[in-house]
Parts: sequence; C-alpha cells; structure tokens
Amino acid sequence: MSAGTPTGAQARAELDLAGQVLELVRRHAGADAQAEVLVDRREYALTRFAVSYIHQNVADESTSVRLRVHRGGRTAGGSTTVVDAAGLEGLVTRTLEAARLLPPDPGWPGLAPPATASAAGSPDDATAGAGPSERAERVRAFVDAAGGLETAGYCRTSSTRAAFANTAGQSLTGAFTEAGMDGIARARGSAGTAPADGAARLASSRLADLDGSVLGARAAAKARAAVDPVEVPPGSYPVVLEPAAVADLLLMLAVYGFNGRAVNDGVSFAQVGQPQFDRRVSLVDDATAPGAIGLPFDLDGTPKRPLELVRDGVTTSVAHDRRTAAVAGTTSTGHGIGEASSGAVPTNLALVPAEGSGEVTEVDGPMADSAVADLVRGLERGLLVSDIWYTRVLDPRRLVMTGLTRNGVWLVENGELTRPVSTLRFTQSYPGALAPGLVTGIGGHAPHLPGDDWMTVDLQAPALSLAGWNVTGGASG
Amino acid sequence: MTRSTPDSTAAFDAATAAVEAALAAGARYADARVVLSRHELMTARDGRVEDLDRSETAGIGVRALVGSSWGFHGVPDLTPAGARAAGARAAATAAASSTVPGPAGDLVPVPPQVASWSNPVDVDPFEVPLSDKGDLLVAATQASRGAGADVAEGLLQAWDTSTWFVSSEGARIDQRVRKCGGGIWSTVVGEGETQRRSYPSHRGQYGTRGWELVTELDLLASAERIADEARALLAAPPCPAAQTDVVIGDEQLALQIHESVGHAIELDRILGWEAAYAGTSWLDLSKLGALRYGSELMNITIDPTIPGALGSFGFDDEGTPAAARDAVRDGTWVGVLAGRDSGAAAGLDYGGSVRADGWARLPMVRMTNVGLRPGPHTFDEIVAATDDGIYMETNRSWSIDDRRLNFQFGCEIGYEIKNGRLGRMLRNPTYTGIGPTFWGSMDMLSSEIVPWGTPNCGKGQPGQVGHTGHPAAPARFRGVRVGVRG
Repeated sequence: MSAGTPTGAQARAELDLAGQVLELVRRHAGADAQAEVLVDRREYALTRFAVSYIHQNVADESTSVRLRVHRGGRTAGGSTTVVDAAGLEGLVTRTLEAARLLPPDPGWPGLAPPATASAAGSPDDATAGAGPSERAERVRAFVDAAGGLETAGYCRTSSTRAAFANTAGQSLTGAFTEAGMDGIARARGSAGTAPADGAARLASSRLADLDGSVLGARAAAKARAAVDPVEVPPGSYPVVLEPAAVADLLLMLAVYGFNGRAVNDGVSFAQVGQPQFDRRVSLVDDATAPGAIGLPFDLDGTPKRPLELVRDGVTTSVAHDRRTAAVAGTTSTGHGIGEASSGAVPTNLALVPAEGSGEVTEVDGPMADSAVADLVRGLERGLLVSDIWYTRVLDPRRLVMTGLTRNGVWLVENGELTRPVSTLRFTQSYPGALAPGLVTGIGGHAPHLPGDDWMTVDLQAPALSLAGWNVTGGASG
Repeated sequence: MTRSTPDSTAAFDAATAAVEAALAAGARYADARVVLSRHELMTARDGRVEDLDRSETAGIGVRALVGSSWGFHGVPDLTPAGARAAGARAAATAAASSTVPGPAGDLVPVPPQVASWSNPVDVDPFEVPLSDKGDLLVAATQASRGAGADVAEGLLQAWDTSTWFVSSEGARIDQRVRKCGGGIWSTVVGEGETQRRSYPSHRGQYGTRGWELVTELDLLASAERIADEARALLAAPPCPAAQTDVVIGDEQLALQIHESVGHAIELDRILGWEAAYAGTSWLDLSKLGALRYGSELMNITIDPTIPGALGSFGFDDEGTPAAARDAVRDGTWVGVLAGRDSGAAAGLDYGGSVRADGWARLPMVRMTNVGLRPGPHTFDEIVAATDDGIYMETNRSWSIDDRRLNFQFGCEIGYEIKNGRLGRMLRNPTYTGIGPTFWGSMDMLSSEIVPWGTPNCGKGQPGQVGHTGHPAAPARFRGVRVGVRG
C-alpha cells in the first residue's frame, strides 16, 4: 500500500491479515485457545517549523499487528511490525510460548462477543492523501500571518485503518483521519525580558478545515499583547480558561478520574450518582459522533458506546474495558486503551458548550474568539489564561494538579484585559475548581483540539469561567 | 512486504540503497538507519501477572538534506526497492520544506566511522525464562499486599536494539544495545487521599546492562518495607509550608538534574527549535563559558561512555562516537547537548547527542548520561551537619516551566531533620524554586553516586521516548521553599 491509499476501503486488507493470525493461532494451539488480533495500518506525516522556517519534515508508514492469547488460564500479548509470513509466525509462536510459561491469570474477562460498531469512523480521503506540499502551504500561511514575528509549530496529517478479530467471532473494521495544526508566535518586549508567546491550535478529521493564516494571526495577536508582563502574587483568582487550557482539565479528568480502573482501586474522585460538579457541567464521550477522531472500537474489540459521564453536574458513569467492568460488576463501555495496567479512558471527551451563544467569530486582540470574549466581559477582576502545560498529579484522590501557564495570561478588570501577566504556577484540584457553584460560565463554542502523540485523543473544549484558581507561584519563584 | 530480522549484510545493503536513492533525488547529504528492536514488558498486580507484551519492530529511517532543508521518511520495508523508495521520499519531503526555507546550514565535521559496538551483558535479559520473571513479580507484589498495600504493582522491562547506520559521507556502523530494569510500587488508600512508596525509584531502575541489574535490585527484599512506609505516611503529619534547608535523595536529585539541567542544555531548545512544544531554555549561548549555573560543588558531565548507565552507547544516531564532555564545571556553564546541525548553527565544533526512538522517528538532540560528579561528603555527614531541615526522597510529581527555570517537585516521603538527626516522617513533601538559585544554594554533595536511569523522557513532534542516565548523589540545598499545597 502506498501513502494516501483511500481510507474508505474499509480496512479489508487489515481484516484479512487479522484472519491470517487467528488461523495461525488455531494451527499451533488448537481450537481451545482464545485469541484476539488488532491490525493497525497508519500513515503519519508532520511538518514542523521553528524560527519561522521548516526545520523538521517527517513521514512514516507502518502496519502493526497486536495479538493477545489466553490459553490454559494464562494470558500473554505481543506485537510486531514485521508482517510477512515469518514475522507473523514468530509473533504467534512466541506469544503462545509466553502464555504457557506465565502464572495463571484469574482476572481474564473473556473475549469480546460479536457486536456491531455503530460507526466505522470518519476518514477523509483528501486528508489521507495529503502530501508535504499541502502541509507546507499551511505553514507558509501561518508564518506570513504572524506579520514578521518569529513562529514555531507544526501541521500534521494521519490516516489510520484498523481491523479487529477474535476467536469468539467478533470482527470489526474502522478508519479515521486526523489533521492538526498548532503554532506559536513570539514577540520581543523590553530588553532583558523573555519573548512573549501566543498560540493557536485546531484539530479536525479534515485538513481542509485548517487555515494557517487564521491560526497565525490569532497567535500573533496574543504574542503582541503579552509583552512586558507583570507578576501577580499567589492567591486564588477568578479565571477564564481558554479552550486550550480546558483541554488539559478534560484529559486529566479522563485519565485519572473517569477511568474505571482508578475507580475500582479507590484512587479516583469519581462517584457515580453524586453532584460532584457545578450544574453547568455536562461531559460526554462519543467516538461515533460526526467528525470524531479515533476508532469506533477499543483494543478489546468492544464497540465504543456513547457515554454520558456528567449530566448537569452529577457524575453518571465512568469508562470501562472488559477487565475493569468485570471487577465492577458491569459491562464494558468500549474504552480500553491497551494493557490492563492502563485501565479505561474516555478519549473522545467533550465538555458540552453553553447553548444560545450565537455565531462564534474571531475577535481583535488576544482572546481566542468571541465566545471567550463573552466570558471575559462577565469577569469583574481575575485572569484570562490561554494555555496550561506540564501538569502533574500531586494527589490522585482529589486530582490536585500542579502546572504552569503558557502562551499568554492577562489581568482582567471590569470585563477588560488590562495587563499581561507573567508565567504562573498553579496547584489546584481540577474537580475542586469545577465543584458546585464554582463554574460561573461556559463558552458557546467547543473546538476540536489536537492532542499530543502519546495517545489518540479527541478533546472538544469550550472556554470556562471559574470562581477560583489557586496560583501558588510566579516567574520569580 | 517486510523482511523479518535482517542479517547484517542485508541491513547495510538496505541502508546503502536508501542513501544512494536520496542522493540521486537531489540530497546533498543523507543517512539511513536500519533498526531491529525487541521490547518486553511484564506487569504484575496484587500477586498476579497482569500484562505481558513482547513486541518486535524492524524498519528503515532515512534522513535527507536538500539545500538547507531536511526531510525524513520511515518505512517497515527493508527490501532494496522499499529502501530506495524511502530514500527518494525523504529527499522529496526535504524539497517540500523549501516552501518555508531556513538559513543555509552545515554539519559539524565527523570523520566517517566504520565500526561495530555492543554493550556487555552478563545475562541476556531475553534469555531469562518468563516464568522466573513472573515468579519474581508475583512474589514481590504478594509480599507488599500482605504487608498492607491496597494496590501492589510491579514492572519489568527489557530492550534489545540493533542498528545499522550508513551515511553519504562513508560512515558504516552497526551497534547493538541491550537494556533492562524494573521496580515495584505500593499504594494505600486513606480517607480522602492516597499514599505511595516505590522501590528502587518512582520509575524503577534501568541501565544498559543485563539481567544482573534486576538481580542486584532484589525487589523482594524491599516489598514489605514500601508497603509499611506507605501505610505509615497516611498517619504522618504533612510537610510544613516553610523556607528551610532541604536534603534531596539521589533518585530525586537525578530527576532534578534531568529537568532543570539536562533539558536546559539541549542545544535545539536553546536555538528555539523546540519553542512551540517542549519549550526553550533560559540559557543564552552568548554566555556559554561564563554563566554561573550553580555553586562550585556543581560539576555536571555529558557522558555516554559510562558503563551500564541507561544513556550509554558507542555511537549516536548521526554516527558520532561517544565521548564525555563537561556541561557545568565548578558551577559555570561550559557545554551543551548538541547534534551536527545544531552544533554548526551555534558555531560549536561538536555534536554527539542525537538519538531517535526507533526507525520511524527523526534523530534529534537527546540527553545521554547527564549527571553530577561526586562531591566530598556522605549522606550521613550531610544530615549530621544540618540543624533544621527536611530530607525528601523518591519522586512523586514533577513540573517545570518551558524555559526550565521554575520547578515544583513532590516526593513520596520526607523526614524532619533536627539537630543533625532524621526525625518524624512527613507526608506530601514538595519543594519549589528557580533553577540557578536552587543550584547556587547547594552547599553539600555526597560522593555516593548512583547512575539512575530514566526510561520515559518524552520530547519532539511526533513524540519520541528517550532513555537517559543521571548520575546523582544526595545533596543539601539552603533556604528552599517547601510545603506548597493546593
């Protein structure tokens, strides 16, 4: 297969490959062995720029085969990118041998039964076929729109086709594409000060939705408005978090909170049926929605079920794979992300935006869009935070995180941005910030935001206005 | 289709074909790496093996320089035709980069090497029976569970990576690196919070060694202790909020070095090449050789030649032979982690710290072994010399800003130090500061160096996982802010 193979082919070749592996398992281990196979074919390309030129431009293609077998009460897994006959034979024999040698696995939940996925993904052939020139053109547009400011970032495209099959008769295919662009512009302030960065980013299943000039102009406006910042003292501040910052909250809530394994272990804050969040907060995970980025089934071969995690502030469910569901006495929601030790994570998480906000438009100045501006207008005194990063868990039970702001913070007074503020360190319980009575507004627009490459995630985050955010330090310590 | 497990001749032939194709397509420089790697991961939980994953991957990654622009293409196809196609596509991608061209650049000269290298191992980690590995993790997690852990977990990992490198300058290098390591963890759940203790560190310990490394760790011997300590932490008083003297254990100091020195001295960050993601650096190249980074006790080396350390190799992924270099000498910043292109762009005459996470990823500036030279003291002497302070060990959380200045670390456990003795256990210890101020306050450093391995350093877009080493020893820092809470 060559780069740019239409994704609408429904992963027939991948399903055939999965069938070959299952047949090899049967040949070596007989009919009593339970086995599941995931074949994942991916073409990935990323055009990266820094100091306003393309400095790294990469592409790769691979087919990986992941096998898990359960035989004689023992479970083992393996994978390979070597997919000729010898490679597949080696994968099957070493995985069966491993299963023979390992201690018993009493927690084996059994294979996923046959079930149909309610969608096959949302691939876009034009995105799958995009070449380096199409990515470079968007970089050119971003750099030009920054009006002479130094820029850095990337434009990427990927295309994935996958097939799952197991010896219980489950057989699924899926495909999706992803395009993402994320960049900064850097403005110089007074001598001796660090450059001020502004950022803009967007993800979509279609490269055609990404406009480098819009993103470049937005990043530049932020950077210009962020030079010569002031420090603010530690304390609790009302904040408006822009969508890029809210995306981090969603990801951490998903990984550490709504993960069925963490709930089973008692290390998650999530308690189904409890009003743990402000009534404005509703969270959903739906890999079957139009434009969703990701496969419509998980690594156990369970179709991803649309999941309502929080409705009007009340925690209503958590994500499960087959193992965590068995422990909890429920059924899998289709959110297994890999090995048992990772648990189950909702990866198509959306915070439901406010209704009735009208059309969202670009605005002058450093705010991401008119939905953010609406929230800022309602803030008497506080901070506008563009982005947060390097967030780490201090206390998993309360999900207390520490991290830093990035790419622009401003002081807000009487609904107006008055001064840029330097980098802030915060130490904050994420569910605590969203607790009943503490969410003072939600933006009317929830863009898709690109995740990093460690895990395919599709986060839709509106801006948030919060009554308190715990700033624990600043640029000087 | 791909070929399984290439022999050396076939691997060099594929790499050569890829380089020739890139040159034919217009590249003025090209290199190619054929990589065959195996990885084994086993986890256990509460007395039973939970995951076993054994992966194998093989492919070729080609890098081409056309004009001033780079292109990279990776494929799992090691046939001559597949390799040539990858070379041509790398050159075509480089040509597309000229849509937004950069300044004319060159590469730091490196005499082309024709060589072979592998690290010594006493016991090949892949030859140890899986049943032995499973039994070890089962026993250790059972012991922790029996001693009071609510969740007892264990992890063992091993890697075996062979690389065949060819460049258009005439380099021809084959290299095999085997690594392994692991660790155990005990978590207890209390009212409203959890506590965790780890052994031997928050991520385990790893090295470019054979299974003897795991044997020496003796995971089972510490299994009950970490459960006991985790349980005791639930009842311990919290670390007070204060400005005080802090003694940092060697494992935590290894991560402190990684985050506040190792990343800061990466030349690609200093040049702005990572500005949008990993970030930049507070370091200014014009001050190299003169900038005060820390106290005179601070001597940091970049040394990929340390036997057994996780960041060791014979040649980096640009074909530069491993060599030791000072990064901080007597507290003054004197060296960087560099590659051939970044070194040339900065006007330096060295590279040597470029690595890639497999055949499908572009080689980039990475830490090798970045760590402290031994100090003149011992841990016991440091504690005895401290009238009032806090000892912290084993990382629990880490966060640092995009210029590598403002950091905040949490540790699993702390102890009061009063009148030269370790006292009460403290829970949730944290400390925060600004890099050069913190390092400038280091007034005692132990000679008891341990080469800690970090197997999970993330960097780059697309993301790459790097393996780095950090020799570190306990040290004392004066007037540090501790006890930050949310």
